[in-house]
Amino acid sequence: MAYKVIVDYDLCESNAICMQVAPEVFEVRDDDFLYLLNETPGEEHRGRMEEAVNRCPKQAISLEDL
Amino acid sequence: MRTVAIVGGSLAGLRTAETLRKDGFDGVIHFIGEETHPPYDRLPLSKELLSGKLPQENISLVSDENFAALELQLHLGVRAVGFDAASKLVSLETGEEVAADGVCLATGARPRQLGDDNPQGVYVLRTLEDCLALKAEFAVQPRRVVVVGAGFIGAEVAATARGYGLEVTMVELLEVPLSRVLGEKMGQVMADIHLEQGVDLRVGVGVEGLNSKADGRVGSVKLTDGVEIPADVVVVGIGVIPNTEWLEGSGLTLENGIVCDETLLAAPGVVAAGDVARWPNRRFGEMMRVEHWDNAIEQGIAAARRLMAGPGQERPFEPVPWFWSDQYDRKLQLAGIPSPQGEVEVVTGSLEERRFAALYEKDGKVSGVLGMNRPRHVMKYRQLIVDGVGWDDALEFASTQG
Ligand SMILES: Cc1cc2nc3c(=O)[nH]c(=O)nc-3n(C[C@H](O)[C@H](O)[C@H](O)COP(=O)(O)OP(=O)(O)OC[C@H]3O[C@@H](n4cnc5c(N)ncnc54)[C@H](O)[C@@H]3O)c2cc1C
Ligand code: SF4
Repeated sequence: MAYKVIVDYDLCESNAICMQVAPEVFEVRDDDFLYLLNETPGEEHRGRMEEAVNRCPKQAISLEDL
Repeated sequence: MRTVAIVGGSLAGLRTAETLRKDGFDGVIHFIGEETHPPYDRLPLSKELLSGKLPQENISLVSDENFAALELQLHLGVRAVGFDAASKLVSLETGEEVAADGVCLATGARPRQLGDDNPQGVYVLRTLEDCLALKAEFAVQPRRVVVVGAGFIGAEVAATARGYGLEVTMVELLEVPLSRVLGEKMGQVMADIHLEQGVDLRVGVGVEGLNSKADGRVGSVKLTDGVEIPADVVVVGIGVIPNTEWLEGSGLTLENGIVCDETLLAAPGVVAAGDVARWPNRRFGEMMRVEHWDNAIEQGIAAARRLMAGPGQERPFEPVPWFWSDQYDRKLQLAGIPSPQGEVEVVTGSLEERRFAALYEKDGKVSGVLGMNRPRHVMKYRQLIVDGVGWDDALEFASTQG
């Protein structure tokens, strides 16, 4: 099933941990905000997206089935 | 392997269970934990939960739905009291015995106490209950708080208490807080932040004893230099002790934690993960026991994989540890193993603006990165340690990072 990556920006504190896990999807820029480069990275990335969900200390990332 | 027992129902244990299921293990998983709650996050206990910013419902580490989907045999609120590594039999306090083919030990650590018989109003901080009790105290004004120990947990509690507008004294045995971890220069930066925020910081002095009032509550803290500091609440943050007592006589080697090999194996079919595990990290060439959140996750994952690994599939566990600490509006991040005696160089930002990243040198290489409100740089520079980049090249790289 296709899925979408969702970041709750109220919870996110831009600590760049997700960027460490998947730099092609998550990017913290010079302005210290997190940018989502790709909302639907596809099935081949699901494992690492799940890892990002688990690694985020703020539990700000979730995956939603489309 | 048909049956796995995980002892310790918190962060490392949960990630072990999740990894087993994710990798296709469909046997029985016994999940044994002394706390009655499903796994919850300890991070906010000194930060947003204590300050009241985060509601209690939000500290769960896993949704009810995902937890149920793991199909665990739950033994929550039950302490394991014995283990035999040869037979892999776990004895529970209820008298029950759990037999397993594979065992993951993840019983974490508990705070060191000041003494055996403390008056009321003296707290350590490790569990949800500890946090709620302390929070109730902080809500009653005015309160004079004494924090014993200026380590990370003590410093976070001090910061949160200041946020409540409470009077805070922090007592630290070292001349410079955190100097054994960060070195004197960076330790002093942390000390200055607390001073600026109005914390009465007493360094180079220990606690002689606690005096109680007639009602049995703590009244003051007596320091080794003879000074007595009035206190309504005392919070003790003087380090943790790995929970290994229940493993005495198990056949495992216990020495400041459960001693494992470089793949996290403590005995055939027995692995350990999280705050309780001690293992040789090949990358740094030293024995480590890491008390950080992210390590509990990585180690839980690695321990699960080690348990399931066939011959020749064993992998050494050799992470670059990292962690963070939130104090006031500053986020401190530390990656690698800083060498407090070695060179330390601020490569991004400046100490004055309290927003910087600094590199630590050891044996001609970057051994650690310290950042204050510089998350992006810390994560970039952490990669220098992963890649084993030489000191000069690292400085060169940093100079291009803005
Ligand atoms: C207040 C606080 C703030 C923190 N902040 C940070 C931070 O900002 N950044 C960071 O990186 N880290 C932080 N940490 C550290 C981090 O929370 C720990 O590294 C992490 O919890 C370790 O997980 P664990 O599963 O190994 O052990 P634990 O979380 O200690 O869990 C072990 C579990 O095992 C249970 N248990 C123990 N003995 C037995 C037994 N005999 N039988 C059954 N169950 C048993 C315990 O009750 C406990 O539930 C903080 C810790 C605290 C307490
Ligand atoms: S890990 Fe979480 S908090 Fe950190 S930047 Fe990513 S989404 Fe934000």
